Amino acid sequence: MKDNNMDIVYDVKGLNLWYGDNQALKDINMKIEKNKITAIIGPSGCGKSTFVKTLNRMIENVDGVRTSGEILYYGDDIFTNKLKVEELRTRVGMVFQKPNPFPKSIYENVVYGPKIHGIKDKKLLMKITEESLRGAALWDEVKDRLNENAYSLSGGQQQRLCIARSMAVNPEVILMDEPTSALDPVATMKIEELMEDLKKDYTVVIVTHNMQQAARISDKTAFFLNGELIEFDVTSKIFGTPKDQRTEDYITGRFG
Amino acid sequence: MKNNEIRDLIQHNIKNKSHFSDKAMPLFFLTMALISVLTTFGIVYTLVVDAFKFFANVPLSEVFSTRLQPLSANPSFGILPLLNGTILTTIIAMIVAVPVGMAAAIYLSQFASKKLRKMLKPILEILAGIPTIVYGFFAYSVVTPILMTLIPSLEPKNVLSPGLVMGIMIIPMVASLSEDAMNAVPSIMKDGATGLGSTKLETTFKVVIPAAISGIMSSIVLAISRAIGETMIVTIASGSSKRFTFDITQSMQTMTSYIVEFTSGDAGSGTVGYYSLYAVGLILFIFTLTMNLIAQYITKKYGERY
Ligand SMILES: Nc1ncnc2c1ncn2[C@@H]1O[C@H](COP(=O)(O)OP(=O)(O)OP(=O)(O)O)[C@@H](O)[C@H]1O
Ligand SMILES: [Mg+2]
Repeated sequence: MKDNNMDIVYDVKGLNLWYGDNQALKDINMKIEKNKITAIIGPSGCGKSTFVKTLNRMIENVDGVRTSGEILYYGDDIFTNKLKVEELRTRVGMVFQKPNPFPKSIYENVVYGPKIHGIKDKKLLMKITEESLRGAALWDEVKDRLNENAYSLSGGQQQRLCIARSMAVNPEVILMDEPTSALDPVATMKIEELMEDLKKDYTVVIVTHNMQQAARISDKTAFFLNGELIEFDVTSKIFGTPKDQRTEDYITGRFG
Repeated sequence: MKNNEIRDLIQHNIKNKSHFSDKAMPLFFLTMALISVLTTFGIVYTLVVDAFKFFANVPLSEVFSTRLQPLSANPSFGILPLLNGTILTTIIAMIVAVPVGMAAAIYLSQFASKKLRKMLKPILEILAGIPTIVYGFFAYSVVTPILMTLIPSLEPKNVLSPGLVMGIMIIPMVASLSEDAMNAVPSIMKDGATGLGSTKLETTFKVVIPAAISGIMSSIVLAISRAIGETMIVTIASGSSKRFTFDITQSMQTMTSYIVEFTSGDAGSGTVGYYSLYAVGLILFIFTLTMNLIAQYITKKYGERY
């Protein structure tokens, strides 16, 4: 059945996931809305990274992973090959927990995606580079050293480069797994400010351990615990009047 | 909105992307892999077929005897003298190559400055490229005479000298491959140990070497296989005595130099002597195969995965 509601990007239905015999996600049901920021919170090991990696099928690179249930992306089940996995991953970008730039120049890092997707025009590539680096609040710091190796950047700069790299293919969704855990407060603030802008063009799913960050930037928040989605609601409700006792315990710091 | 122009362009491009090479190239790679596997099987097949003609004619009790006299009126094809020659030269070579090669690898990968490493590594690789006949000549005309002054009873053709020279020849291989393995250990792993106050030496032995063990092991196994298969040095410097002895100052023949002697001599096709070449070849092959299996076992058991 085609979901014609264009405001729902992802519709996750009854998703289960196992690493071998160990079940890491249990019956997840969740709708992710377009041009909103969805935060995912929960204690370490509860399945946040696993969930996010499932959304672009990166999880399939891990040996022994099994899934059941469906994830509809604009109405198409991503596990059927109706949507090619490479196309899905082009339309859904990802920023990882640890910065992972390629051992190439800053410029080559940013244009890697556009290039493999057939953009050859030098001018356009340069324009994409500038826009993406500005978008990731990195342009001013690197504009004079675009040909230097990406590993000459600091850890936080590398992470912003990775954000720029994922923005360069202009995806519809950006998945971010604790993107600011390697950043200093200033860079974090820059990224958070940029999120507001990003919303106009992108749908963002962000995993974070930082409650204030989730409360500040997200529109909706999902609370995971032991592989289950405990509560998913408008951010102000989750942080103001949570329905589940466990959510309240977690956000008030009573465990986790 | 300009952003969406780029998005549309990229999405248009993915939809129209030809996936021909994504499908064709893996097939091509598979074909190439099959070719190499099949050639190997072909070689093993011919070895086995002709070796069997040998084993059909010679009783096993004779094969595993110490009497090797293929050309006598009453020929005997005992393999033990050849096995002995091969194993002794290999052991001597390993005694030289493994400690020296490993030490060099540790120095180059962990202690040498970047500049020094850049200078030394190509030199190592040049050493590895010297033709083995040069080493053989070196063993016979330089090393043996020097050793004779130290060990007066040394025969002009002996096992000690080619063993040592073979070790020298193999050092660069052990050093270079082990160095690559140790260099590939991620520096965050080393940082973990240095951050706990380990010295460089402790980090090397407790973290780097265990992490690189599979690469190190495979360098040693390759070295052993190389020593077992080495031909020129032993043919020149170790002679062709078919005696069975453990005295490394004497001349002995290895499996490889036996094959050289017979193929350059007069082993008529179809004779037992001719088929004995295949039998020796098969045993050589079994040796190296066993080495590889051992290496795999060790790597599985001791290799740390990262
Ligand atoms: N590659 C893997 N193989 C086996 N089990 C895994 C693997 N990756 C994760 N797991 C298990 O799945 C569960 C969820 O892990 P996940 O990485 O999704 O947690 P997380 O919520 O992202 O934690 P953190 O906040 O620490 O990043 C954990 O119990 C973990 O042990
Ligand atoms: Mg995680």
